[in-house]
Amino acid sequence: MAEIQEGGGGKKGGKKRAKKQSTRIDMTPMVDLAFLLLTFFVLTATFSKPKSMELTFPAPPDNPKDQPPIKNGITFLLSKDDRIFYYEGEFRPKDDEKGMKTQLSELNFSKESLRKYLLEKNKDMQKQVKDLIIKHEAKQLEDSTFKRLVRERKADKMTPTFLIKTDDKATYKNVIDVIDELNYNVVGKYVMVDILKPEMDLVTEKVGQ
Amino acid sequence: MSKKPSKGGAPALDMTPMVDLAFLLVTFFMLTASFRMAEPVVVDPPSSIGKVDLPDNHILVTIDDKGRAFFGISNSTAKMNALREMAAKYKVPFTEQQIIKFSGLPSFGVDIKDLPRYIDTKEDKRSSFQPQKGVPLDTITPNNQLKDWIAIGGRKAVEMYEVAKTKAAEAGGDFKAEKPRYAIKCAASTKYIYVKDVIKTFTDLKLYQFNLITQLEGGGTVVQPEK
Repeated sequence: MAEIQEGGGGKKGGKKRAKKQSTRIDMTPMVDLAFLLLTFFVLTATFSKPKSMELTFPAPPDNPKDQPPIKNGITFLLSKDDRIFYYEGEFRPKDDEKGMKTQLSELNFSKESLRKYLLEKNKDMQKQVKDLIIKHEAKQLEDSTFKRLVRERKADKMTPTFLIKTDDKATYKNVIDVIDELNYNVVGKYVMVDILKPEMDLVTEKVGQ
Repeated sequence: MSKKPSKGGAPALDMTPMVDLAFLLVTFFMLTASFRMAEPVVVDPPSSIGKVDLPDNHILVTIDDKGRAFFGISNSTAKMNALREMAAKYKVPFTEQQIIKFSGLPSFGVDIKDLPRYIDTKEDKRSSFQPQKGVPLDTITPNNQLKDWIAIGGRKAVEMYEVAKTKAAEAGGDFKAEKPRYAIKCAASTKYIYVKDVIKTFTDLKLYQFNLITQLEGGGTVVQPEK
């Protein structure tokens, strides 16, 4: 196998010179070991650090009554079997003078459904942000001004706020998928909220069908 | 060094470059390798487009698909200090040896009363240790050990960070370490209601920022509708 060839190439059937034999070391065991170690380290190596998603939960207000009502809210309700429902605006347990009882609509996690819906809802904001990005790239805006304007657009009253609520059967994957999709679509604000009893009843009714 | 193959005998192949490369690779992998012990549970996190690397200095809560919580601190000194304080609080005696051994362990998911026995269990038997019901985190009764672990562990980790910072300042070197962050690693199939309990535990301690560990993915969601 591997061996040191010394003595500058062999002359075929060279003349036997006294005491000028090349020193040959059998390196086979060493090479075997080297490859064994190599295989071990390659197989046990973990290359990438785990990736993570940063998420900040809102601190509860000191006085629960101080919480401002959410305008332009869109609520996602997650349930079992990867099902996702939503309603827009305030929750209305029954018909009254302000409007109809809340009806749930269903979405799914495909590109044609949830992503399309989010795009539709965010169109104005995204368009404005896109315009800003173009202006920024054309050096018409300073970095700090650009940042402030984007933040303003995202916090705009007209930009919908997304609320994510889960029932007791929704999985962690569903939650991450929704947050992921919201991140992907650069939505303004989203927040995880506890589900209310009447909402839970509505979802159970829907899922039970 | 060209050499014509001689008739009859096996052709001699110069293996020197290959062996050089092999040793180079061995050296590389040896130096980059970081040894870790096996986690008590294997969880398969969901994928996301999140691209933030998990910080080296972190406090990790792992939740498996049955809702059991496992707790771990990346800084081993902080871990030892946290165990000492927890032992005093819950009046569970630990020997110095057990504390040192504990610092080398990855996450654990046992009640603190079973922890001495868990530490003394042999490495390969640890995953089948009974009872391994996760760190108790009852949010209603006072037996919320996870809360204490997070509070004490977090404080110790910050202390270690401050110590390292002052040391670096005295030595005049650059200080690159970061403050400990709270990470949650959770199996994709876990019911969210279990995660909620853990997050409630964190928010009760006024900790609102987390790194949720996910697998890397191209973009958007991958679940396809079945119909």
